[in-house]
Amino acid sequence: MPEKRIVLKNCQVIDPRDINTYLEQDGFKALKQVLGMTPEAVIAEVKASGLKGRGGAGFPCGMKWELARKSAGSDKFLICNADEGEVGTFKDRYILQNDPFTLIEAMAIAAYAIGAKQAFIYLRAEYHYLLNGLVDAIDQVKAKGFLAHLNIGIREGAGAYICGEESALMDSIEGKRGEARYKPPYPPSKGLWGKPTIINNVETLMNIPLIMLNGAQWFHQIGTEKSKGTKVFSVSGDVAQPGVCEFVMGSQLDEIVVDWAHAQDIKMVQVGGATGAIVPYPMIKTPLAFETVLGSGAITVFDKSRDTLDFVSRTVEFLAEESCGKCTPCREGTEVMLEILGRIANGDGQPEDIRTLEELSNIMSISSLCGLGQAASIPVMDTLKYFRSDYETRIKQSVFLRSLRSQ
Amino acid sequence: MSDSSTVAGREHLLALLQEEQEKTGHISEQFIEQTAKSSGLAVSEVYGVATFYHLLSTRPLGRNVIRVCKCVPCYLKNSQLVLETIQEKLGIAPGETTPDGRFSLLLTNCIGACDQAPAMLLNHDLHGSLSPDKITKILDACP
Repeated sequence: MPEKRIVLKNCQVIDPRDINTYLEQDGFKALKQVLGMTPEAVIAEVKASGLKGRGGAGFPCGMKWELARKSAGSDKFLICNADEGEVGTFKDRYILQNDPFTLIEAMAIAAYAIGAKQAFIYLRAEYHYLLNGLVDAIDQVKAKGFLAHLNIGIREGAGAYICGEESALMDSIEGKRGEARYKPPYPPSKGLWGKPTIINNVETLMNIPLIMLNGAQWFHQIGTEKSKGTKVFSVSGDVAQPGVCEFVMGSQLDEIVVDWAHAQDIKMVQVGGATGAIVPYPMIKTPLAFETVLGSGAITVFDKSRDTLDFVSRTVEFLAEESCGKCTPCREGTEVMLEILGRIANGDGQPEDIRTLEELSNIMSISSLCGLGQAASIPVMDTLKYFRSDYETRIKQSVFLRSLRSQ
Repeated sequence: MSDSSTVAGREHLLALLQEEQEKTGHISEQFIEQTAKSSGLAVSEVYGVATFYHLLSTRPLGRNVIRVCKCVPCYLKNSQLVLETIQEKLGIAPGETTPDGRFSLLLTNCIGACDQAPAMLLNHDLHGSLSPDKITKILDACP
Protein backbone atom coordinates (compact mmCIF):
# COMPACT_ATOMS: atom_id res chain seq x y z
CA MET A 1 0.00 0.00 0.00
CA PRO A 2 1.25 3.53 -0.69
CA GLU A 3 1.46 6.30 1.89
CA LYS A 4 -1.86 7.62 3.19
CA ARG A 5 -1.72 11.13 4.59
CA ILE A 6 -4.42 11.93 7.13
CA VAL A 7 -2.48 13.28 10.08
CA LEU A 8 0.07 14.88 7.77
CA LYS A 9 -2.44 16.07 5.18
CA ASN A 10 -1.58 19.74 5.65
CA CYS A 11 2.17 19.29 6.02
CA GLN A 12 3.96 21.01 3.15
CA VAL A 13 0.54 22.04 1.85
CA ILE A 14 -0.16 24.99 4.11
CA ASP A 15 2.20 27.78 5.14
CA PRO A 16 2.80 27.08 8.86
CA ARG A 17 3.33 30.80 9.43
CA ASP A 18 -0.01 31.85 7.95
CA ILE A 19 -3.31 30.80 9.50
CA ASN A 20 -5.23 31.83 6.37
CA THR A 21 -3.67 28.99 4.40
CA TYR A 22 -4.94 26.64 7.12
CA LEU A 23 -8.43 28.11 6.99
CA GLU A 24 -8.47 27.37 3.25
CA GLN A 25 -8.00 23.67 4.11
CA ASP A 26 -11.14 23.51 6.30
CA GLY A 27 -9.16 24.76 9.28
CA PHE A 28 -11.21 25.27 12.47
CA LYS A 29 -14.31 23.84 10.83
CA ALA A 30 -14.16 20.90 13.24
CA LEU A 31 -13.85 23.20 16.26
CA LYS A 32 -16.88 25.25 15.15
CA GLN A 33 -18.86 22.03 14.81
CA VAL A 34 -17.68 20.77 18.21
CA LEU A 35 -18.65 23.96 20.02
CA GLY A 36 -22.24 23.24 18.93
CA MET A 37 -22.14 19.78 20.50
CA THR A 38 -22.15 18.70 24.15
CA PRO A 39 -18.74 17.67 25.54
CA GLU A 40 -20.21 14.21 26.17
CA ALA A 41 -21.13 13.86 22.49
CA VAL A 42 -17.59 14.84 21.45
CA ILE A 43 -16.12 12.21 23.78
CA ALA A 44 -18.58 9.61 22.50
CA GLU A 45 -17.41 10.31 18.93
CA VAL A 46 -13.72 9.97 19.86
CA LYS A 47 -14.49 6.77 21.77
CA ALA A 48 -16.39 5.32 18.81
CA SER A 49 -13.51 6.12 16.46
CA GLY A 50 -11.24 3.72 18.35
CA LEU A 51 -8.35 6.22 18.41
CA LYS A 52 -5.50 5.10 20.67
CA GLY A 53 -2.52 7.11 21.97
CA ARG A 54 0.33 7.50 19.47
CA GLY A 55 3.12 8.25 21.96
CA GLY A 56 3.96 4.60 22.52
CA ALA A 57 1.58 3.26 25.18
CA GLY A 58 -1.57 3.06 23.03
CA PHE A 59 -4.22 3.85 25.64
CA PRO A 60 -7.73 4.48 24.19
CA CYS A 61 -8.00 8.26 23.81
CA GLY A 62 -11.76 8.66 24.26
CA MET A 63 -11.78 6.57 27.42
CA LYS A 64 -9.07 8.75 28.92
CA TRP A 65 -11.01 11.90 28.07
CA GLU A 66 -14.15 10.46 29.63
CA LEU A 67 -12.32 9.71 32.89
CA ALA A 68 -11.10 13.29 33.07
CA ARG A 69 -14.53 14.70 32.15
CA LYS A 70 -16.14 12.71 34.94
CA SER A 71 -13.52 13.61 37.54
CA ALA A 72 -14.80 16.03 40.14
CA GLY A 73 -13.63 19.64 40.27
CA SER A 74 -13.62 22.53 37.86
CA ASP A 75 -9.85 22.92 37.52
CA LYS A 76 -8.69 20.52 34.83
CA PHE A 77 -5.68 20.57 32.58
CA LEU A 78 -4.80 19.44 29.09
CA ILE A 79 -1.17 18.78 28.23
CA CYS A 80 0.16 18.15 24.77
CA ASN A 81 3.22 15.96 25.10
CA ALA A 82 5.79 17.38 22.68
CA ASP A 83 8.74 15.97 24.62
CA GLU A 84 9.74 13.76 21.76
CA GLY A 85 12.87 12.19 23.23
CA GLU A 86 12.48 8.63 22.02
CA VAL A 87 15.56 7.61 20.05
CA GLY A 88 14.92 7.64 16.32
CA THR A 89 11.64 9.56 16.66
CA PHE A 90 11.20 12.93 14.94
CA LYS A 91 7.62 12.83 13.62
CA ASP A 92 6.33 15.35 16.17
CA ARG A 93 9.11 17.76 15.22
CA TYR A 94 7.99 17.46 11.60
CA ILE A 95 4.35 18.07 12.58
CA LEU A 96 5.14 21.06 14.82
CA GLN A 97 7.27 22.55 12.04
CA ASN A 98 4.78 22.03 9.25
CA ASP A 99 1.29 22.17 10.75
CA PRO A 100 1.00 23.80 14.19
CA PHE A 101 -2.58 24.90 13.47
CA THR A 102 -4.17 21.44 13.35
CA LEU A 103 -2.54 20.71 16.71
CA ILE A 104 -3.91 23.90 18.24
CA GLU A 105 -7.39 23.21 16.85
CA ALA A 106 -7.21 19.69 18.28
CA MET A 107 -6.17 21.04 21.67
CA ALA A 108 -9.11 23.44 21.60
CA ILE A 109 -11.44 20.50 20.92
CA ALA A 110 -9.87 18.26 23.58
CA ALA A 111 -9.97 20.99 26.21
CA TYR A 112 -13.65 21.66 25.44
CA ALA A 113 -14.43 17.95 25.75
CA ILE A 114 -12.75 17.41 29.11
CA GLY A 115 -13.60 20.84 30.51
CA ALA A 116 -10.09 22.31 30.76
CA LYS A 117 -9.54 26.06 30.60
CA GLN A 118 -5.79 25.83 30.71
CA ALA A 119 -3.61 23.77 28.39
CA PHE A 120 0.13 23.38 28.07
CA ILE A 121 2.39 22.24 25.29
CA TYR A 122 5.42 20.61 26.93
CA LEU A 123 8.15 21.17 24.36
CA ARG A 124 11.48 19.42 24.72
CA ALA A 125 14.40 21.81 25.18
CA GLU A 126 16.20 20.34 22.17
CA TYR A 127 13.34 21.72 20.02
CA HIS A 128 13.78 25.28 21.30
CA TYR A 129 14.15 26.38 17.67
CA LEU A 130 10.45 25.53 17.20
CA LEU A 131 9.30 27.74 20.08
CA ASN A 132 8.82 31.02 18.23
CA GLY A 133 6.86 29.37 15.42
CA LEU A 134 4.52 27.77 17.94
CA VAL A 135 4.01 30.95 19.96
CA ASP A 136 3.27 32.82 16.75
CA ALA A 137 0.77 30.16 15.62
CA ILE A 138 -1.05 30.29 18.97
CA ASP A 139 -1.19 34.11 18.72
CA GLN A 140 -2.67 33.90 15.22
CA VAL A 141 -5.34 31.43 16.38
CA LYS A 142 -6.15 33.67 19.34
CA ALA A 143 -6.42 36.73 17.11
CA LYS A 144 -8.99 34.92 14.97
CA GLY A 145 -11.07 34.33 18.10
CA PHE A 146 -10.82 30.52 18.19
CA LEU A 147 -9.38 30.30 21.70
CA ALA A 148 -12.08 32.10 23.68
CA HIS A 149 -12.51 29.08 25.95
CA LEU A 150 -8.89 28.14 26.41
CA ASN A 151 -5.50 29.48 27.36
CA ILE A 152 -2.57 27.60 25.81
CA GLY A 153 0.86 28.03 27.38
CA ILE A 154 4.15 26.48 26.38
CA ARG A 155 6.42 24.90 28.96
CA GLU A 156 9.93 24.01 27.90
CA GLY A 157 11.76 20.97 29.14
CA ALA A 158 15.44 21.18 30.03
CA GLY A 159 16.81 17.96 28.58
CA ALA A 160 15.48 14.71 30.06
CA TYR A 161 14.23 11.68 28.11
CA ILE A 162 12.15 10.52 31.07
CA CYS A 163 9.99 13.67 30.89
CA GLY A 164 8.20 12.10 27.94
CA GLU A 165 6.70 9.74 30.53
CA GLU A 166 3.51 11.50 31.56
CA SER A 167 3.95 11.55 35.33
CA ALA A 168 7.57 12.72 35.07
CA LEU A 169 6.39 15.35 32.59
CA MET A 170 3.90 16.72 35.12
CA ASP A 171 6.57 16.84 37.83
CA SER A 172 8.75 18.79 35.43
CA ILE A 173 5.98 21.35 34.78
CA GLU A 174 5.61 21.63 38.55
CA GLY A 175 9.27 22.64 38.69
CA LYS A 176 10.63 19.40 40.10
CA ARG A 177 13.08 16.75 38.99
CA GLY A 178 11.29 14.83 36.26
CA GLU A 179 10.81 11.55 38.07
CA ALA A 180 8.05 9.02 37.41
CA ARG A 181 5.26 8.92 39.98
CA TYR A 182 3.71 5.89 41.63
CA LYS A 183 0.42 4.93 39.96
CA PRO A 184 -2.44 4.98 40.74
CA PRO A 185 -3.65 7.69 40.96
CA TYR A 186 -3.65 8.19 37.21
CA PRO A 187 -3.56 11.68 35.66
CA PRO A 188 -7.26 11.80 34.58
CA SER A 189 -8.21 11.74 38.28
CA LYS A 190 -5.10 13.29 39.87
CA GLY A 191 -2.52 14.84 37.58
CA LEU A 192 -0.89 18.25 37.32
CA TRP A 193 -0.96 19.92 40.77
CA GLY A 194 -3.24 17.10 41.84
CA LYS A 195 -5.98 18.12 39.36
CA PRO A 196 -7.57 15.97 36.65
CA THR A 197 -5.25 16.09 33.65
CA ILE A 198 -5.16 14.69 30.16
CA ILE A 199 -1.79 14.20 28.49
CA ASN A 200 -1.94 13.45 24.78
CA ASN A 201 0.88 13.01 22.33
CA VAL A 202 1.14 15.49 19.42
CA GLU A 203 0.21 12.85 16.83
CA THR A 204 -2.78 11.56 18.83
CA LEU A 205 -4.26 15.05 18.93
CA MET A 206 -3.61 15.60 15.21
CA ASN A 207 -6.22 12.92 14.47
CA ILE A 208 -9.01 14.70 16.33
CA PRO A 209 -10.18 17.42 13.89
CA LEU A 210 -10.65 14.95 11.02
CA ILE A 211 -12.43 12.45 13.26
CA MET A 212 -14.90 15.19 14.20
CA LEU A 213 -15.34 16.37 10.60
CA ASN A 214 -15.59 12.98 8.90
CA GLY A 215 -17.15 11.06 11.77
CA ALA A 216 -16.07 8.16 13.95
CA GLN A 217 -17.22 5.59 11.39
CA TRP A 218 -14.94 6.97 8.69
CA PHE A 219 -11.93 6.65 11.03
CA HIS A 220 -13.03 3.30 12.41
CA GLN A 221 -12.91 1.62 9.00
CA ILE A 222 -9.24 2.56 8.45
CA GLY A 223 -6.64 0.17 9.87
CA THR A 224 -6.88 -3.18 11.64
CA GLU A 225 -9.36 -4.55 14.15
CA LYS A 226 -7.47 -3.27 17.17
CA SER A 227 -5.55 -0.40 15.58
CA LYS A 228 -7.62 2.26 13.89
CA GLY A 229 -6.41 5.00 11.59
CA THR A 230 -2.89 5.62 10.34
CA LYS A 231 0.50 5.89 11.98
CA VAL A 232 3.23 8.41 11.35
CA PHE A 233 6.66 6.80 11.18
CA SER A 234 10.15 8.23 11.63
CA VAL A 235 12.53 6.27 9.43
CA SER A 236 16.31 6.43 9.96
CA GLY A 237 19.50 4.39 9.94
CA ASP A 238 20.71 2.35 6.97
CA VAL A 239 18.19 3.56 4.41
CA ALA A 240 18.56 5.55 1.19
CA GLN A 241 15.66 7.84 2.05
CA PRO A 242 15.24 8.67 5.74
CA GLY A 243 12.28 10.81 6.82
CA VAL A 244 8.70 10.99 8.02
CA CYS A 245 5.89 9.05 6.37
CA GLU A 246 2.34 7.99 7.20
CA PHE A 247 0.82 4.57 6.56
CA VAL A 248 -2.44 2.85 7.40
CA MET A 249 -2.23 0.78 10.61
CA GLY A 250 -1.37 -2.80 9.78
CA SER A 251 0.95 -1.90 6.89
CA GLN A 252 3.90 -4.24 6.58
CA LEU A 253 7.33 -3.19 7.76
CA ASP A 254 8.85 -3.89 4.33
CA GLU A 255 6.43 -1.46 2.69
CA ILE A 256 8.06 1.28 4.72
CA VAL A 257 11.72 0.28 4.95
CA VAL A 258 12.11 -1.29 1.49
CA ASP A 259 9.48 0.30 -0.77
CA TRP A 260 9.43 3.75 0.80
CA ALA A 261 12.90 4.19 2.32
CA HIS A 262 14.81 1.91 -0.10
CA ALA A 263 16.84 -0.03 2.45
CA GLN A 264 19.10 -2.85 1.25
CA ASP A 265 20.92 -5.79 2.87
CA ILE A 266 18.81 -5.48 5.99
CA LYS A 267 19.95 -7.34 9.11
CA MET A 268 17.30 -6.10 11.50
CA VAL A 269 14.96 -3.22 12.24
CA GLN A 270 14.21 -1.69 15.61
CA VAL A 271 10.63 -0.45 15.87
CA GLY A 272 9.59 2.00 18.58
CA GLY A 273 12.79 3.63 19.77
CA ALA A 274 15.42 2.68 22.34
CA THR A 275 13.17 0.20 24.12
CA GLY A 276 11.54 -0.93 20.87
CA ALA A 277 11.21 -4.47 19.60
CA ILE A 278 13.75 -5.96 17.19
CA VAL A 279 12.44 -7.34 13.91
CA PRO A 280 15.00 -9.55 12.13
CA TYR A 281 15.03 -9.51 8.31
CA PRO A 282 13.18 -12.85 7.87
CA MET A 283 10.21 -11.21 9.64
CA ILE A 284 10.27 -8.07 7.51
CA LYS A 285 6.65 -8.56 6.46
CA THR A 286 5.47 -8.03 10.06
CA PRO A 287 2.41 -5.75 10.12
CA LEU A 288 2.82 -2.60 12.20
CA ALA A 289 0.01 -2.14 14.72
CA PHE A 290 -0.63 -2.05 18.47
CA GLU A 291 -1.24 -5.80 18.46
CA THR A 292 2.17 -6.52 16.85
CA VAL A 293 4.96 -3.92 17.04
CA LEU A 294 4.57 -0.14 16.93
CA GLY A 295 5.70 1.96 19.92
CA SER A 296 6.33 5.57 18.95
CA GLY A 297 6.67 4.63 15.28
CA ALA A 298 10.45 5.01 15.24
CA ILE A 299 11.93 2.72 12.61
CA THR A 300 15.70 2.33 12.72
CA VAL A 301 17.21 0.09 10.06
CA PHE A 302 20.48 -1.84 10.50
CA ASP A 303 22.21 -3.41 7.52
CA LYS A 304 24.28 -6.59 7.55
CA SER A 305 27.52 -4.74 8.32
CA ARG A 306 26.25 -3.83 11.82
CA ASP A 307 27.41 -5.51 15.00
CA THR A 308 24.60 -6.64 17.31
CA LEU A 309 26.48 -6.12 20.56
CA ASP A 310 27.73 -2.70 19.55
CA PHE A 311 24.15 -1.61 18.91
CA VAL A 312 22.72 -3.16 22.07
CA SER A 313 25.35 -1.76 24.42
CA ARG A 314 24.92 1.73 22.94
CA THR A 315 21.18 1.50 23.38
CA VAL A 316 21.46 0.37 26.99
CA GLU A 317 24.03 3.10 27.63
CA PHE A 318 21.35 5.59 26.58
CA LEU A 319 18.78 4.04 28.92
CA ALA A 320 21.21 3.94 31.85
CA GLU A 321 21.97 7.63 31.36
CA GLU A 322 18.32 8.58 31.07
CA SER A 323 16.95 6.49 33.95
CA CYS A 324 15.58 9.03 36.44
CA GLY A 325 17.04 7.04 39.31
CA LYS A 326 13.93 6.92 41.47
CA CYS A 327 13.41 3.15 41.50
CA THR A 328 16.19 0.68 42.15
CA PRO A 329 15.44 -1.97 39.47
CA CYS A 330 15.80 0.58 36.69
CA ARG A 331 18.59 2.73 38.16
CA GLU A 332 20.82 -0.21 39.09
CA GLY A 333 19.54 -2.68 36.50
CA THR A 334 20.39 -0.53 33.48
CA GLU A 335 23.88 0.11 34.91
CA VAL A 336 24.61 -3.56 35.55
CA MET A 337 23.22 -4.49 32.15
CA LEU A 338 25.46 -1.89 30.52
CA GLU A 339 28.50 -3.19 32.38
CA ILE A 340 27.85 -6.78 31.24
CA LEU A 341 27.11 -5.78 27.63
CA GLY A 342 30.16 -3.53 27.52
CA ARG A 343 32.28 -6.40 28.76
CA ILE A 344 30.91 -8.80 26.14
CA ALA A 345 31.26 -6.23 23.36
CA ASN A 346 34.88 -5.54 24.36
CA GLY A 347 35.81 -9.22 24.33
CA ASP A 348 35.75 -9.81 28.04
CA GLY A 349 32.52 -11.82 28.37
CA GLN A 350 31.88 -14.71 30.74
CA PRO A 351 29.84 -17.84 29.89
CA GLU A 352 27.30 -17.02 32.64
CA ASP A 353 26.69 -13.47 31.36
CA ILE A 354 23.74 -14.44 29.15
CA ARG A 355 21.89 -16.06 32.05
CA THR A 356 22.57 -13.02 34.24
CA LEU A 357 21.17 -10.73 31.53
CA GLU A 358 18.03 -12.84 31.29
CA GLU A 359 17.45 -12.86 35.06
CA LEU A 360 18.10 -9.15 35.33
CA SER A 361 15.73 -8.45 32.47
CA ASN A 362 12.97 -10.41 34.14
CA ILE A 363 13.37 -8.56 37.44
CA MET A 364 13.48 -5.15 35.78
CA SER A 365 10.41 -5.74 33.66
CA ILE A 366 8.23 -6.83 36.59
CA SER A 367 9.46 -4.44 39.26
CA SER A 368 10.36 -1.11 37.61
CA LEU A 369 8.20 1.91 38.34
CA CYS A 370 7.60 3.10 34.79
CA GLY A 371 7.92 2.11 31.16
CA LEU A 372 11.62 2.99 30.93
CA GLY A 373 12.78 0.27 33.31
CA GLN A 374 10.00 -2.13 32.38
CA ALA A 375 10.97 -2.04 28.71
CA ALA A 376 14.70 -1.36 29.00
CA SER A 377 15.64 -4.97 28.43
CA ILE A 378 13.56 -5.48 25.26
CA PRO A 379 16.44 -4.79 22.82
CA VAL A 380 18.66 -7.12 24.87
CA MET A 381 16.09 -9.93 25.08
CA ASP A 382 15.04 -9.57 21.43
CA THR A 383 18.59 -9.72 20.13
CA LEU A 384 19.26 -12.69 22.42
CA LYS A 385 16.24 -14.31 20.79
CA TYR A 386 17.13 -13.61 17.17
CA PHE A 387 20.92 -13.14 17.26
CA ARG A 388 21.92 -15.31 20.21
CA SER A 389 24.89 -16.74 18.33
CA ASP A 390 26.37 -13.22 18.12
CA TYR A 391 26.53 -13.17 21.93
CA GLU A 392 27.70 -16.76 22.25
CA THR A 393 30.40 -16.42 19.62
CA ARG A 394 31.76 -13.25 21.18
CA ILE A 395 31.85 -14.85 24.63
CA LYS A 396 33.48 -18.04 23.34
CA GLN A 397 36.13 -15.99 21.55
CA SER A 398 36.76 -14.06 24.76
CA VAL A 399 37.17 -17.22 26.78
CA PHE A 400 39.54 -18.65 24.16
CA LEU A 401 41.65 -15.48 23.97
CA ARG A 402 41.90 -15.32 27.75
CA SER A 403 43.05 -18.93 27.86
CA LEU A 404 45.84 -18.08 25.40
CA ARG A 405 46.93 -15.14 27.51
CA SER A 406 47.06 -17.17 30.70
CA GLN A 407 49.29 -19.85 29.19
CA MET B 1 6.02 32.34 29.17
CA SER B 2 5.23 33.87 32.52
CA ASP B 3 7.57 36.37 34.08
CA SER B 4 9.22 34.05 36.54
CA SER B 5 11.83 36.51 37.80
CA THR B 6 9.35 38.25 40.09
CA VAL B 7 7.45 35.23 41.37
CA ALA B 8 8.79 32.89 43.99
CA GLY B 9 7.82 29.27 44.50
CA ARG B 10 8.25 25.81 43.22
CA GLU B 11 6.28 26.10 40.00
CA HIS B 12 8.68 28.66 38.59
CA LEU B 13 11.86 26.96 39.70
CA LEU B 14 12.70 25.24 36.43
CA ALA B 15 11.93 28.40 34.43
CA LEU B 16 14.19 30.42 36.78
CA LEU B 17 17.03 27.97 36.30
CA GLN B 18 16.54 27.92 32.51
CA GLU B 19 16.64 31.71 32.44
CA GLU B 20 19.85 31.80 34.45
CA GLN B 21 21.41 29.14 32.22
CA GLU B 22 20.51 31.22 29.18
CA LYS B 23 21.80 34.46 30.68
CA THR B 24 25.08 33.41 32.27
CA GLY B 25 25.81 30.05 30.67
CA HIS B 26 25.60 28.13 33.93
CA ILE B 27 23.92 27.85 37.31
CA SER B 28 26.35 28.88 40.03
CA GLU B 29 26.37 27.76 43.65
CA GLN B 30 25.57 31.33 44.62
CA PHE B 31 22.52 31.38 42.34
CA ILE B 32 21.29 28.08 43.77
CA GLU B 33 21.53 29.48 47.32
CA GLN B 34 19.80 32.72 46.36
CA THR B 35 17.01 30.91 44.53
CA ALA B 36 16.46 28.52 47.41
CA LYS B 37 16.08 31.47 49.77
CA SER B 38 13.73 33.46 47.55
CA SER B 39 11.60 30.43 46.66
CA GLY B 40 11.41 29.07 50.18
CA LEU B 41 12.97 25.76 49.11
CA ALA B 42 15.88 23.78 50.50
CA VAL B 43 19.23 24.30 48.76
CA SER B 44 19.32 20.57 48.14
CA GLU B 45 16.01 20.71 46.27
CA VAL B 46 17.16 23.48 43.96
CA TYR B 47 20.48 21.72 43.44
CA GLY B 48 18.56 18.51 42.72
CA VAL B 49 16.59 20.14 39.94
CA ALA B 50 19.61 22.03 38.55
CA THR B 51 21.57 18.79 38.19
CA PHE B 52 18.72 16.60 36.90
CA TYR B 53 18.34 18.12 33.45
CA HIS B 54 21.01 17.69 30.78
CA LEU B 55 20.71 21.21 29.38
CA LEU B 56 21.33 22.86 32.73
CA SER B 57 24.96 23.07 33.81
CA THR B 58 26.45 23.83 37.20
CA ARG B 59 29.84 24.33 35.54
CA PRO B 60 30.52 27.42 33.41
CA LEU B 61 30.22 26.71 29.68
CA GLY B 62 31.69 28.50 26.69
CA ARG B 63 29.94 31.20 24.62
CA ASN B 64 29.00 28.55 22.07
CA VAL B 65 27.87 25.16 23.27
CA ILE B 66 28.17 22.29 20.80
CA ARG B 67 26.12 19.18 21.53
CA VAL B 68 26.95 16.28 19.24
CA CYS B 69 24.30 13.57 19.12
CA LYS B 70 25.71 10.19 20.16
CA CYS B 71 22.60 8.06 19.82
CA VAL B 72 22.30 5.04 17.53
CA PRO B 73 20.74 6.66 14.39
CA CYS B 74 23.52 9.31 14.28
CA TYR B 75 26.13 6.69 15.17
CA LEU B 76 25.03 4.66 12.12
CA LYS B 77 25.78 7.76 10.02
CA ASN B 78 29.28 8.15 11.45
CA SER B 79 28.78 10.68 14.25
CA GLN B 80 32.26 9.62 15.36
CA LEU B 81 33.71 11.59 12.43
CA VAL B 82 31.76 14.68 13.55
CA LEU B 83 33.22 14.37 17.02
CA GLU B 84 36.74 13.76 15.76
CA THR B 85 36.55 16.73 13.40
CA ILE B 86 35.44 19.08 16.18
CA GLN B 87 37.95 17.70 18.68
CA GLU B 88 40.77 18.16 16.22
CA LYS B 89 39.71 21.66 15.23
CA LEU B 90 39.16 22.94 18.77
CA GLY B 91 41.72 20.85 20.63
CA ILE B 92 39.25 19.85 23.33
CA ALA B 93 37.61 16.58 24.37
CA PRO B 94 33.91 16.11 25.16
CA GLY B 95 33.07 17.87 28.42
CA GLU B 96 35.76 20.53 27.94
CA THR B 97 35.76 24.24 27.10
CA THR B 98 38.37 26.00 24.97
CA PRO B 99 40.77 28.18 27.03
CA ASP B 100 39.42 31.33 25.34
CA GLY B 101 35.89 30.42 26.45
CA ARG B 102 34.60 30.40 22.87
CA PHE B 103 33.41 26.78 22.68
CA SER B 104 32.24 23.96 24.90
CA LEU B 105 31.98 20.49 23.41
CA LEU B 106 29.38 18.13 24.83
CA LEU B 107 27.80 14.85 23.83
CA THR B 108 24.03 14.57 23.90
CA ASN B 109 21.34 11.94 23.53
CA CYS B 110 18.88 11.87 20.61
CA ILE B 111 17.95 15.38 19.45
CA GLY B 112 15.20 14.22 17.09
CA ALA B 113 17.06 14.89 13.86
CA CYS B 114 17.77 11.30 12.82
CA ASP B 115 16.57 12.05 9.27
CA GLN B 116 19.48 14.51 9.04
CA ALA B 117 22.05 12.33 10.80
CA PRO B 118 24.75 12.96 11.83
CA ALA B 119 23.44 16.01 13.63
CA MET B 120 24.35 18.42 16.41
CA LEU B 121 22.94 21.37 18.26
CA LEU B 122 24.99 24.57 18.31
CA ASN B 123 23.45 26.57 21.14
CA HIS B 124 19.75 26.31 20.17
CA ASP B 125 20.25 25.72 16.46
CA LEU B 126 20.05 22.38 14.74
CA HIS B 127 22.72 21.45 12.20
CA GLY B 128 22.25 18.21 10.30
CA SER B 129 23.81 16.14 7.49
CA LEU B 130 27.21 17.13 8.86
CA SER B 131 30.48 16.68 7.00
CA PRO B 132 33.94 17.86 8.10
CA ASP B 133 33.73 20.79 5.64
CA LYS B 134 30.32 21.82 6.83
CA ILE B 135 31.43 21.65 10.48
CA THR B 136 34.44 23.86 9.78
CA LYS B 137 32.22 26.48 8.16
CA ILE B 138 29.71 26.38 11.02
CA LEU B 139 32.38 26.72 13.71
CA ASP B 140 34.26 29.48 11.86
CA ALA B 141 31.07 31.55 11.76
CA CYS B 142 30.69 31.46 15.55
CA PRO B 143 31.43 34.62 17.56
